[in-house]
Amino acid sequence: MSAITTEQVESRVIETLASFGPDVSQINRDATFEELDIDSLDLVELAQVVEDDYGVILKGEDMKELKTVGQAIDLIVSRAE
Amino acid sequence: MRRRVVVTGLGAVTPLGVGAGVLHERWAAGECGIVDGAGACADFDPKEFLSIKEVRRTDRFSQLAMVASGEALEQAGWNGDYGGYDPLRVGCVMATGIGGIHTVESNHDVMRERGPRAVSPLGVPSYMPNAGVAAVAMKYGIHGQTYGVVSACASGAHSIGSALRMIQYGDADAVVAGGSEATLTEFGFACFNALQALSKEGISRPFDARRDGFVMGEGAGVLVLEELEAAQARGATILGEVLGYAATSDAYHLTAPDPTGGPASSAIELALKDAGKSAAEIDYVNAHGTSTQLNDAVETKALKRAFGEKRAKQIPVSSTKSAIGHLLGAAGAVEAVATFAALRARVIPPTLGYEVPDPELDLDYVPGEARPLIMSNGHAPAAISNSFAFGGHNVTLVLEGGD
Repeated sequence: MSAITTEQVESRVIETLASFGPDVSQINRDATFEELDIDSLDLVELAQVVEDDYGVILKGEDMKELKTVGQAIDLIVSRAE
Repeated sequence: MRRRVVVTGLGAVTPLGVGAGVLHERWAAGECGIVDGAGACADFDPKEFLSIKEVRRTDRFSQLAMVASGEALEQAGWNGDYGGYDPLRVGCVMATGIGGIHTVESNHDVMRERGPRAVSPLGVPSYMPNAGVAAVAMKYGIHGQTYGVVSACASGAHSIGSALRMIQYGDADAVVAGGSEATLTEFGFACFNALQALSKEGISRPFDARRDGFVMGEGAGVLVLEELEAAQARGATILGEVLGYAATSDAYHLTAPDPTGGPASSAIELALKDAGKSAAEIDYVNAHGTSTQLNDAVETKALKRAFGEKRAKQIPVSSTKSAIGHLLGAAGAVEAVATFAALRARVIPPTLGYEVPDPELDLDYVPGEARPLIMSNGHAPAAISNSFAFGGHNVTLVLEGGD
């Protein structure tokens, strides 16, 4: 499998989060899940997408510490390596 | 003295359109919302009324409940301030017969195709039967008693009865009460067809000799109920009053009604007693009238037992299901909304499609066109609304229309 780039993950995460409700213009690496109104149920759905696309399994305890979109992207990329 | 409970807001989403007013006007005009054997809310697009997040996180039955509640609360003039009530003193009771079957089916498909890990975390919170009441309470910030009610086709009426008692007994000063249902899925039709409950002809014609089953519909009906003095104190427009409620059980058969009509008749008699009304003071019957052979015969028998043969033949009886089909767990609530609208307009909508009398069924089923509601004694007009259900549940509400 070819390496996954940060740009690819970022684009996929932003697209997924936008489908959950927040306006895509609000979503960037520094945006917090709190200000985007993204909660634990949304993050479980995001984890399912990530598992489907990249084979990365994120558990509840992995997600609990995540505060920003950037942190989620970095975690996914690091696990995919 | 028992606290009195008035209605200050009505909301509905039905196969006749979005809105309680549309339901009454179109039904009274003789229009039918049934197309190709189903009462779909074809005009209802949840995205027009709810945010992306709200739509994603709810099944269609909850979306219908939220939108009907919004209409009822707007009419009650709450405008986000709970009508001035302490939010802890406001309750919400929402009924459904089935719950989120769209969500169950779609997630089950996902599980079969992609395995159990692919099932959505939103599955349970969307399909649980209390998802509708939870969604309404969250959307409108209701902090008092909130719960769902489940009794198949009597659910909506039980919901209003429970809300009535909640206010009468002082547990709440206002309650948003109603019911919703969205079961027009392949599986939903398959199951009701297996029971041979649905009309093969796809026509809802209650009490007609040719009736051959009910037509399944979807939708929601919601009422804002308030304690009379509190409603008056805040200057609310009072649309009517819930005068009485009673519920009984056939304890006879899972799906067939008790053929004597005894327990159904008892529900009517007990509701009249609860309301302090006599048969002479009832001006209209909004029947359960499903268009099945059994229901319409037993309901006729029950009305005669409760009112007496002579009086039963004098009171006009019509069925909302002739215009929108059978909304299952939402039916009792939608029909209470329709009854209040009829009482307020002083217009009795007809039983659509009723053309061929059944020799056994000899009440005045309001054939043809709507007619003026004639008050028996110059008082505000009063009606009963019946709901009977699979499982043998019988509920009667006694409702009075305001000006």
